[in-house]
Amino acid sequence: MKAFTTHTGVAGPMDRANVDTDMIIPKQFLKSIKRSGFGKNCFDELRYLDQGLPDQSCEGRPLNKDFPLNFERYKGASILLTRENFGCGSSREHAPWALEDYGFRAIIAPSYADIFYNNSFKNGLLPVILDEKIVDQLFEEMYAVEGYELTVDLEKCQVITPTGEVFAFELDEFRRHCLLNGLDDIGLTLEDADAIHAYEKKLKEQSPWLFNAIR
Amino acid sequence: MTAKTLYDKLWDAHLVKQRDDGSALIYIDRHIVHEVTSPQAFEGLRLANRKPWRVDSVLATPDHNVPTTVTERASGVDGIADPVSKIQVQTLDDNCDSFGITEFKINDNRQGIVHVVGPESGACLPGMTVVCGDSHTATNGALGALAHGIGTSEVEHVLATQCLVAKKMNNMLVKVDGKLGKGVTPKDVVLAIIAKIGTAGGNGCAIEFGGQVFRDMSMEGRMTVCNMAIEAGARAGMVAVDDTTIEYVKNRDFAPKGDDWDAAVDVWRDLVSDEGAHFDKVVEIDGAQILPQVSWGTSPEMVVSVLDAVPNPEEESDPVKKTGMERALEYMGLSAGQKITDIHVDRVFIGSCTNSRIEDMRAAAAVVKGRQKANSVKEAIVVPGSGLVKAQAEAEGLDEIFTAAGIQWREPGCSMCLAMNADKLGEGEHCASTSNRNFEGRQGYGGRTHLVSPEMAAAAAIAGHFVDVREF
Ligand code: SF4
Repeated sequence: MKAFTTHTGVAGPMDRANVDTDMIIPKQFLKSIKRSGFGKNCFDELRYLDQGLPDQSCEGRPLNKDFPLNFERYKGASILLTRENFGCGSSREHAPWALEDYGFRAIIAPSYADIFYNNSFKNGLLPVILDEKIVDQLFEEMYAVEGYELTVDLEKCQVITPTGEVFAFELDEFRRHCLLNGLDDIGLTLEDADAIHAYEKKLKEQSPWLFNAIR
Repeated sequence: MTAKTLYDKLWDAHLVKQRDDGSALIYIDRHIVHEVTSPQAFEGLRLANRKPWRVDSVLATPDHNVPTTVTERASGVDGIADPVSKIQVQTLDDNCDSFGITEFKINDNRQGIVHVVGPESGACLPGMTVVCGDSHTATNGALGALAHGIGTSEVEHVLATQCLVAKKMNNMLVKVDGKLGKGVTPKDVVLAIIAKIGTAGGNGCAIEFGGQVFRDMSMEGRMTVCNMAIEAGARAGMVAVDDTTIEYVKNRDFAPKGDDWDAAVDVWRDLVSDEGAHFDKVVEIDGAQILPQVSWGTSPEMVVSVLDAVPNPEEESDPVKKTGMERALEYMGLSAGQKITDIHVDRVFIGSCTNSRIEDMRAAAAVVKGRQKANSVKEAIVVPGSGLVKAQAEAEGLDEIFTAAGIQWREPGCSMCLAMNADKLGEGEHCASTSNRNFEGRQGYGGRTHLVSPEMAAAAAIAGHFVDVREF
């Protein structure tokens, strides 16, 4: 897994609540059996004026000029500012894959849908939770200042604005630790293989039917 | 001993290890796999030179990409016209074959939508932890199981370790008491719940659905409700085990038999929340007040009763919600104050993991019987949730009722629920759909989805617009 320690970059807006995973990456692109290459179709239906197809080059497709992330001032944005319940809907990990491949390293929102939140960490994408009022403030500042840059510091758990204002955020220690060090979850869990075997043995005695093979 | 909720019991029984940092290792009993969210997980296993921990705990079936017409289905994977879909289904077959995983392949009569197949085959049982790389896995919670959707990295993790790294969620109780009115279905109950608590209402929670309404409900109905726990923001939804549960599981293919059955039933009887157990959040709804529901917007919380009108954003005080409503009205091509019964439908879709079980087929057929699809409706399709549902429905003659009415009877799969196969809405078309999501573009680019029960969808197919099925 990709590590995340601290990142400074231009903030870009997705100024809606309940942005769902179909919006982040429409289903036709889920037909890929690869993990990469979803960035060009991130927010496809909002970003382009035509309908996107899998395996199609996006060069030359008509851009939606009214979609903020297409504005010159948000080019190269790597921190996404958005509203509550971001990433709701399906469990597709293609959503964080698309955001990451687009170039986002962190998201800032008042809340996230659970599965999306969880999936993001596995892909080096940091979903930061800040109070709604603070998010409002960041939106205002971003709209007011061209090239508005934020710093997201995972070591200190802080978001720092261009004027030096600091907002602390929280997240659980396990996720923080894994992301900071880019740890492989599976490898970590397999260190507990003995505990898993012991559990399995006990379970087999208590509830043998759980081990009936599926044929 | 302290009183425990059903979720507490399921969690405790599957705890392999509690770590100091608050995370835990949870043992997974059943892992269901489909073609969309698994290829990258299998690839990950291969790259790391890992093997599945317990292949006999895994069951796979393709559902999202499979075509639903008889002709396209006839020659199996080779017959799939869309080359990209074909590769994905083929990849699932290849992965299952090479890792030794049991798969109900495209034309196996047990194939179907993962969340229909799991309970129906007895692969998913009360008291189990069930995961699948699909958010509607919560459906299995109807069995009194802890079931939830996971991402692809977690699919790989569960394949490799039989465990999930998880954090205990909060306990939420949604209690619906009273008696449902005539024509009011489990779908209406869950839509009414989401309308009340919102799509983020259950974030961070496992929801237990309790109260008289759920005790009276069939297993199929409970599955419809648990299915949409995710639309209420909760990763897992569940219903306590009772006689209805046990009757349903009995004699299913993979259900325990003989002495094992008796022992299992003993254990399952305890899968209820103890008297006085603590819930972090409780929501109560009077079941008698619920009317047939229709969604008007682009989020499952944008729902009103069929007797209502499309709401007015001007009356919403929250500015973020207000702009959301305005945008939804624009996308849906509706205006505030328009009566729901004045909305015309272009297509009708009866199917999806929410409403494609035998009971749903029967309910829709009962409305359709002896009537004709309205000419203004371009296409109405009924897509059974699995090969077994299809066979049962055909044995009861339901397929003939639909086709006689001008409604198409299809092969099992996800179909127009998310339009990954050829079944989609055209731009601007309104659809009465029994699926679970009405997001922009969900059923096809520019398509407009209205979530309803199978009865309401069937009635709309006949009338050409939404009607109150109770008066139909
Ligand atoms: S029927 Fe729809 S919601 Fe259910 S698994 Fe298939 S695509 Fe997902």
